[in-house]
Amino acid sequence: MYISLTNRPEDPEGTPKGTKAANGVSSVVISLGVVSLLTDISTESVSAILPLYVTSVLGLSTVAYGVLDGLYQGVSAIVRIGAGWAADQGNQPKWVAFFGYGLSAIARIGLLLATSFGALAAVLTADRLGKGIRTAPRDSLITAASKPNNLAASFGVHRALDNTGAAIGPLLAFVILLLIPNGFSTVFVVSLAFALVGVAVLGIIVPNRGSNARAEPAAPGGEPRGSRRRIRWRELNNPGLKRLLLAAGMLGVLTIGDGFIYLVLQDRSAFAAQYFPLLYVGTNVAFLIFAVPIGKFADRFGRARTFVFGHVFLLAAYVSASLPVTGAAITILCLVLLGGFYAATDGILSVLATQFTTSDTRATSIAAAQTVVALSRFVAAAGFGILWFAIGREPAMVLVSIGIAIAIPIVAIILRGARPYRADV
Amino acid sequence: MTSRQRIILLSTISAVALIVVIVFGTLAYLRSQTALRTPSSVSVIPVTTFTGDRVEFRNTASGADYGKVASVPLDDASGVRSVSSQYCDRVYSTPKLTMCLTTDAGIVTTWTALQFGETGSQEQSWSLPGAPSRTRISANSQLVAETSFVTGVSYAGVGFSTETIIATSSGKSFGNIERFTLLVDGEQVAAADRNIWGVTFSDDDRHFYATAASSGSTWLVYGDLIDKTLVSVRENAECPSLSPDGNRVAFKKNTGTLDSPDWRIAVLNLTTMVETVLSEERSVDDQVEWLDDATLLYGLPRADVVGDSDVWSMPADGSGTPTLFIPHAWSPSVVRP
Repeated sequence: MYISLTNRPEDPEGTPKGTKAANGVSSVVISLGVVSLLTDISTESVSAILPLYVTSVLGLSTVAYGVLDGLYQGVSAIVRIGAGWAADQGNQPKWVAFFGYGLSAIARIGLLLATSFGALAAVLTADRLGKGIRTAPRDSLITAASKPNNLAASFGVHRALDNTGAAIGPLLAFVILLLIPNGFSTVFVVSLAFALVGVAVLGIIVPNRGSNARAEPAAPGGEPRGSRRRIRWRELNNPGLKRLLLAAGMLGVLTIGDGFIYLVLQDRSAFAAQYFPLLYVGTNVAFLIFAVPIGKFADRFGRARTFVFGHVFLLAAYVSASLPVTGAAITILCLVLLGGFYAATDGILSVLATQFTTSDTRATSIAAAQTVVALSRFVAAAGFGILWFAIGREPAMVLVSIGIAIAIPIVAIILRGARPYRADV
Repeated sequence: MTSRQRIILLSTISAVALIVVIVFGTLAYLRSQTALRTPSSVSVIPVTTFTGDRVEFRNTASGADYGKVASVPLDDASGVRSVSSQYCDRVYSTPKLTMCLTTDAGIVTTWTALQFGETGSQEQSWSLPGAPSRTRISANSQLVAETSFVTGVSYAGVGFSTETIIATSSGKSFGNIERFTLLVDGEQVAAADRNIWGVTFSDDDRHFYATAASSGSTWLVYGDLIDKTLVSVRENAECPSLSPDGNRVAFKKNTGTLDSPDWRIAVLNLTTMVETVLSEERSVDDQVEWLDDATLLYGLPRADVVGDSDVWSMPADGSGTPTLFIPHAWSPSVVRP
C-alpha cells in the first residue's frame, strides 16, 4: 500500500489511510508534497536560467514569445478542465496526475536537445500542458487522503513543500552556473533527474485513491475502483459551486500578477532593483512559511473566511507597493504580504471547490475553480497592462486597490450564502 | 508490490538519478576548471587601458581570459589581442567611455550596467532586471543606452519582456523608454505587450533609433528624448545601427516566422528609403556595428561550443561574402580616438 503502512484493514470510518504525521496530515499528502517539491526544483531551476540560456543560444526572439504566452495559458486552461474530468470519469486521479508530471519530465529531455526557438517553445508548451493536467487530479488526491477537519492544513503542508522546491530551484541553478560557467546542460540534467525522481515517487509511493475512498468506503459489492462512471452534472451545476466560481472570478480579475508589483517596487527601491530577478523567490519563501499556519487557521476558523481574508493581504501588498517609501523594508513587507496572500488562497481554493461538490466530481470541480482563477488573472494581467500605460503605474495600482477593496466585502457576502453540496439535497 | 519492494525500487531510481547527475556535473565541472586554468587559446597581452584605433569586444576564446573585454588593432584584427581584467557579457566603447553589462554570479545572481571613463574609473552603474542584451554609446559619448531582459516575473507569468534605459553619461536617466509614446503609422499603440530594445544614437544628443514590438510585429522606430516619442519608420526591423555618416541604418529583418525566426541583415538608406538585404545566409541575432561607412561587423555564435562566437565582416552594399574578422569574439565596437 503505502511506504509507511503495511496491510492494515480498511478503516470502517472511511478515514483515509496512510500514517499520520504529528500534525495529523496523511503520509500520502507528504508524499505528494515531496513529488511537488522535486518537480518544482526541476521546473524552477530551468525557469530561472532560461532567459540566460535563451540569450546566449537563441537571442531576442523570446520577446515575441511573450505574445504567444496567452495562447498557451488558454490551452492550459482547457486541458486542466479535461484532466479534472478524466480523473473523475475514470476514477484514476493518480494516473492522470502521473501523466501530467510525466509529460513535464519528458519535456526536460527535450530541453537537452532543443536548439531552436521553435523547439524550445514546443518543450515549454509540453511542460505547461503537463502542469495544467496534473494540478486538479493531484489536489483531488490530497483531498481524498485528508480528513475533512484538517483539509486546509493538509493543503498547507503540500503547498509548503511545493514552494520549498520553488525556492530551492533557482538558487540551485545559479550555484551550478557559478561553479560551471555556461553549464546549462548540467542544469538541464539536474532538472531532468529531479523531475524523474518526482514522477517515480508519485508512481511508486502514492496510492491511487479515487473518490470512492470517502463516499463509498470499501462497501462490499460496491462499485469497483477504477470503473468508469458517469459524471452527474447536477453535482457540478449547484448554487454553492457557482457562487465560488463567481467569487474566484471577481477576485481573479483584480489580481494583477506579481510581475507588475515587482516592477513598481523596482522603480522605487534600489534594493528591489538589485534583486529584481529574484523577488519571486522571496514570495515563494513567504508562501512556504505561511502555508501550514494559515491552513490550520482555515480549518479552525473557516476556509471561505480565510480565502476572502487572504485578499486583504493582496490589497495590503498593493498598498505597500504604492506607498512613496523607498528602502528594503517595504519591499520585504510587500513580498511577505504576497506570500501570505498565496498561502491563504492557493490551496484553500481547492479545499473550497471540494466542499461544493461530491467526491465523484471532485477533480472536475477543483479544475473548474482553478481555471476560473487562471483565466480571470490572465484577463487581469492584460487589462492592467493597458491601464499601466494609459493612466500610469501609480494611478493604475490605486485603481486596482480600490477595486479589490470593494470586491472583498461583496465576495464575503456571496460566499456566506454558499452552502456545501449534499448529494441528497 | 510490497512496501519493501517499493522502497527498493524508488531508492534504486533515486540512486541512479543521483549518480548520473554527479557524474555529469563532475565532468562538466572538471572540464570548466581545466578550461579556466588553461592559458587562453589565443595569444593575449594583459593591459589596463586600450590605445590606438581598435576594435574592443568580449573575448570568448576558451581559457583563463574567457569573458573579459579585449581589443585588437584595427589594422591587425586577427592579431594578438590585448585583454583587460573587466568581465562583460556585452560591451561597447567610444574613445571616452565604456559601457559594460555584467553578471554578478552567485547563489543570488544579479546583473549590473557599468559605465567606465577613459582611465577605467567607474562613473555610474545601475542594476539590471535580468540578463543583458544590448548596449550603445552616442558617438560624442554624451548618451548611453542598454537593453536587458526582465526576468523573475515567475513561471507562466506575463512572458519575456525587455527594459531599455537611456541615460546621459553624466548620470541623468531618461528611465525605461518603453514609457515613451509609441506611434505606429500615426496611431498610438497602448498595448501592454509592447517592448523596446536595441538603441542606436543620432549625433544630435536628442534622437535615436530603436526596435519597438507589440502583438508579434516589430518596427524600426525613431525616438526623441525631448518629446518622449517613438515613431515607426518601417515594419520588421530589429536592433538598428546607424552608419557613421548617419545616412543608413543596418538592422536584422526576420524572414522566418515568429516561432522560428530567420534573421537577415538589411541596410536601409534613410534618404531614398531603399532597403538592401545582405547575402549573409546564416541567421544573425546581433546589433550590427559599422567598421566604417562601407563595412559591417556582427557576431555569430559557434554551433559547436556554447558561449563561443566569432565576429564577421561583410560589405554594407550587399556585395561580397562574409569574412571572419575576429575569431572567438562577441559584441564588437570600433574605437577611433
